[in-house]
Amino acid sequence: MAGRRGVVMGVANDRSIAWGIAQAVAAQGAELCFTYQGEALEKRVRPLAEQAGSKLVLPCDVTDDASVDAVFERVKAEWGGLDFLVHAIGFADKQYLRGRYMDTPREAFLQAMDISVYSFVSVAQRAVPLMKPGGSLLTMSYLGAERVTPHYNVMGVAKAALEASVRYMAADLGKAGIRVNAISAGPIKTLAASGIGDFRYILKWNQYNAPMERNVTIEDVGGAGLYLLSALSSGVTGEVHHVDCGYHIVGMKNPDAPDIATV
Amino acid sequence: MSETAEKVKKIVVEHLGVEEAKVTPEASFIDDLGADSLDTVELVMAFEEAFGVEIPDDAAEKITTVKDAIDYIEKQKAA
Repeated sequence: MAGRRGVVMGVANDRSIAWGIAQAVAAQGAELCFTYQGEALEKRVRPLAEQAGSKLVLPCDVTDDASVDAVFERVKAEWGGLDFLVHAIGFADKQYLRGRYMDTPREAFLQAMDISVYSFVSVAQRAVPLMKPGGSLLTMSYLGAERVTPHYNVMGVAKAALEASVRYMAADLGKAGIRVNAISAGPIKTLAASGIGDFRYILKWNQYNAPMERNVTIEDVGGAGLYLLSALSSGVTGEVHHVDCGYHIVGMKNPDAPDIATV
Repeated sequence: MSETAEKVKKIVVEHLGVEEAKVTPEASFIDDLGADSLDTVELVMAFEEAFGVEIPDDAAEKITTVKDAIDYIEKQKAA
């Protein structure tokens, strides 16, 4: 990754999935720009960026086009070009990440779609003109996009739209030699996950029932991210790559798993 | 001071970067120790990890001071 430059959006703290990916690519020599949304996140991202040897740390509110414009104008001014982008941004009102999906109000639905899906399209519009063939865009999804997982609700619907966006953008950009992929990671206890109801139960369930009988770490995701952002995956696009210790292949409970009514 | 109290204090000092003397039992994370709302979530995650206890959301919301945290953890460990 030496000589490759990338923007990483969505690091909140050292448990963040985006941080796992950033560390993996920085260790291989990539130069990074980090974005953050708001002061509370800025104070967390700056020390991590420094640790990754990054000099570019920029504010970005993906719901504000001018703010997204400013990020990529700055990247263009500093670097002249861009090789990859990591989009690890999503949001849904916590209130609707429990109970029934069909009770989601229009406003919460549109907000989840705007921040979790359109933001990837919006940043791609600005990142792609800076890229040469070999460029790579990566976003983050979850099994809740494909199957019903308790409490994931509107976020599952948003992730389904995000995965479809990966395929359509991969088709749009294939000829230009720019690849678009997603990692569907198993549940990881991040700051964002603290908003999901019964997250502890979800973690335990995955640990007991995934073929590898453990949960994934941000290092696991980082390794897959390195592959998808580098030339190692030069023939891979439009893919949703599962990094979930195999959980997505499972149809029923592992016979050896204990019954967990509560955890 | 109990072992739990010592450990809680150490985690708070490290996480919030505050002086040890300020971390009194009555100190409120937000009002006295300058924590923001993300800090409070991160502290709860750090306590869970350090003590091997589980602090559900409704309990976490009630943990606003150093003493609240110590009491909750001690109660969980005794159970």
